[in-house]
Amino acid sequence: MAADHGLSEADRQLLNAMQEGFLPVPNPFKEVGARLGLTEEEVIAELRRLKESGAIRRLGAIIDSRKIGYTGTLCAMKVPEERIDEAAAVINSFPEVTHNYVREHDFNVWFTILAPSSARIAEILDTIKRETGITELLNLPAQRIFKIRVNFDLEGER
Amino acid sequence: MTETEQRLITELGENFPIEPRPFAVVGARLGMTEDQVIAHVKEFMARGIIRRLSVALRHQNVGFTANAMVVWKVPPERLEEIGNMLASFQEVTHCYERLTTPEWPYNLYTVIHRPHREECLAIAARLSEAVQIKEYRVLFSTQELKRSNPQYFTERG
Repeated sequence: MAADHGLSEADRQLLNAMQEGFLPVPNPFKEVGARLGLTEEEVIAELRRLKESGAIRRLGAIIDSRKIGYTGTLCAMKVPEERIDEAAAVINSFPEVTHNYVREHDFNVWFTILAPSSARIAEILDTIKRETGITELLNLPAQRIFKIRVNFDLEGER
Repeated sequence: MTETEQRLITELGENFPIEPRPFAVVGARLGMTEDQVIAHVKEFMARGIIRRLSVALRHQNVGFTANAMVVWKVPPERLEEIGNMLASFQEVTHCYERLTTPEWPYNLYTVIHRPHREECLAIAARLSEAVQIKEYRVLFSTQELKRSNPQYFTERG
């Protein structure tokens, strides 16, 4: 059972429908509402509230960054426990760093970079190594993508 | 991409209006009609530049608090088969082949988001059984240090 997180039955239905996607039509939120028996005004009010509350991180066009010339990578670093905050400050200072997580392993700091070129990625990694003095860093660019589909089945989780 | 296309991508991806006529609002920002914006969106979708019009949820806020990256060491000749198999599981949100290094031999990566850790571990075991790969590691995230939305076409890049 998932924790409740303040999501109502109606919230879950709306978020599931929105994860399925909406259409490039003049009144997309009216169309979403029609699937759920809600008015356009209700859909808009609920979406604004769910964005405000943090449940929705982003709403709109999901862009395939590779198709517009961007290149990404996943990196892992071995950072001494007591230096994680300091290293994170250096790593996170780059707007190109989009995710950064501590994970349970000797390689404990895992971050992703999205940039217009691999040259820019190399430059960022050099700077991170130089500024932190930590050289144990893996650069693991994707060779092939089998799937990206971050959908959560909220109605199946009660 | 033209400058107009770049601005459209930014408005549609980062600043999408939650309003009754969102494409008209985007058009007003860029000096385009609603019809022109919708035509561009359809074209971007046809070209695969826009994958979908949708929402990205903050997984911690919707109850999926356990986030496991499962890394697999797969024989190269089985990569295609296994990558497709793992991708077909609903619980797997990402499935990537990545470069290996001498100290990091794992070549296939899957991400699993679930409400609880035990479920992630059980799913990883089920995936392992399904593809008959025993060499894998489950790396749980214990702290989020950064999560930001990608920004395209800034002056930097």
